[in-house]
Amino acid sequence: MLAAGVDVGSTTTKAALIDENKRVVALALVDTGANVVRAAERALHTALTQAKVEEWDVAYTVGTGYGRYRVPFGDLQVTEISCHAKGANFIFPATRTILDMGGQDTKAIRVGPDAEVKDFCMNDKCAAGTGRFLEAAAEVLGLKLEELGEVSARAKKSLKITNVCTVFVEQEIVMHLARGCPVEEILAGLHWTIAGRSIGLLRRVGLESEITFTGGVARNSGVVRALSERLGARLNVAPESQHIGAIGAALFAWERAAHGAVSQRNNQSRALGPVPGGN
Amino acid sequence: MRAVVGIDLGSRMTRGVLLDEHGRVQAQAARETGSRLEQAAQAVLEELCRCVGAKPEDVVYLASTGYGRYRVPFRQIQITEMTCHAMGALWLFPRTRTVLDIGAMNSRAIRIAENGRVVAFRMNDRCASGAGRFLERVAKALEVSLPEVGELSLRSQNPQPISSICAVLAESEVINHVTAGASVEDILRGAHNSIAERLVALVRQVSPQPEITLTGGVTKNSGMVQALEERLKTKLNVSPQSEWAGALGAALLARTRCQRLQSTAPEARNRTLASSVADPLSA
Repeated sequence: MLAAGVDVGSTTTKAALIDENKRVVALALVDTGANVVRAAERALHTALTQAKVEEWDVAYTVGTGYGRYRVPFGDLQVTEISCHAKGANFIFPATRTILDMGGQDTKAIRVGPDAEVKDFCMNDKCAAGTGRFLEAAAEVLGLKLEELGEVSARAKKSLKITNVCTVFVEQEIVMHLARGCPVEEILAGLHWTIAGRSIGLLRRVGLESEITFTGGVARNSGVVRALSERLGARLNVAPESQHIGAIGAALFAWERAAHGAVSQRNNQSRALGPVPGGN
Repeated sequence: MRAVVGIDLGSRMTRGVLLDEHGRVQAQAARETGSRLEQAAQAVLEELCRCVGAKPEDVVYLASTGYGRYRVPFRQIQITEMTCHAMGALWLFPRTRTVLDIGAMNSRAIRIAENGRVVAFRMNDRCASGAGRFLERVAKALEVSLPEVGELSLRSQNPQPISSICAVLAESEVINHVTAGASVEDILRGAHNSIAERLVALVRQVSPQPEITLTGGVTKNSGMVQALEERLKTKLNVSPQSEWAGALGAALLARTRCQRLQSTAPEARNRTLASSVADPLSA
């Protein structure tokens, strides 16, 4: 038996497949583009191909969307907040606070020992501190998004960045470059600023350790470094940080299937029977 | 010739206005600011002098304004954008009581008295949501040039709402609209409406009095003017000179100050100029 979770993000769509033992068997990532449902289908099929299984092998699928966009996909919709909580708890069971920095929004979530969501707040009004912010900065600095962490690690000091708005920061970077400031110092300054904003969001839900950092921005080691420095604490960052929401969705799907829920996706008319390890 | 100059060092354009001893506009010059502010200001000053066949030393007084006003090393004085736009708008439209300046990065609403004194102002300087850069990014995403966005938006039949306030997030929304098959005109109208909403909110905060004058680069955009007029339910003062209001105001204020200095005793003059960079009048 397999359970699937699909997380349609603003920039990328992620799919996760887990087997009856809750082992992750496939993780896929595709660009979202404009058609969210098609992106969800594509991500799921990429995961299915990776695991060399067919669609009817999936007992149940949970979909999750982003912000105010609902994604009509899968057998059940679960909010991305719950999915992130579930996924983070699964990988780092001691997680009490989650910071999720995605392509277009940032979320802070406080969770209990059983992954129940206690509080959350999010910034989806402004691109500051999101993946889009870093993308814009990378472009002005002439760097690739993947290089940012590594380049900023070379900085001896970090430059003070005074603006928050992505558009203003672009201009500020151009000024700094014109004055001959080293790229890595500008970048370190940007990471420092972004970290400050995210910490503000975290404090609003109440900071409790352990803190798990998820989302695409968590792959940037420069932001991870700035955050842990400013918080004075270590952060949990999983290699599959971008897939936490999808894994959480897959775990919800697994629970449903274990309780005998039947997927409507493949017109299956029979229950899938007891799941080993399920209750 | 004894001339005074006002230079408006904006985030996108640097503009200069040169007035002769009678206060008449003799030259106007503009160029893109780029990243080297000092050079942009210097180039504009040289261009102004070239236009009237004057030497830089003929310029007896220079006032700088705009976000880069501290980066004009050869200024005699720097004056805030608020004061300059108020003065420039009043010179263009003498019955102006409210000024809405829409720049590339900042927007500001200013209520003024009959003599041009600033009574109240509000500005958005934290974020590009109600500024020209928002339109610039939308134009880029739609692959149309900035000068045509206004006209195009006026041809819209079915405006597409843009819900994002953030200029960067709006860009993604625009791309989604394009993929969904919306027309360029409809998306542009939506973007204009969205910015107009925020500008109107800004203007309302200063309790606007008629007449309202628009200044700044966005005034060339007919779509923006119409979107604002619809929401404010009044005609707005706009002229081809509106984008020069900041530089013009700076030049007018430079002239006033220069006249006042000439009428004071030399000792007093030195005191007044204590904070200035140099005093060409005492030379």
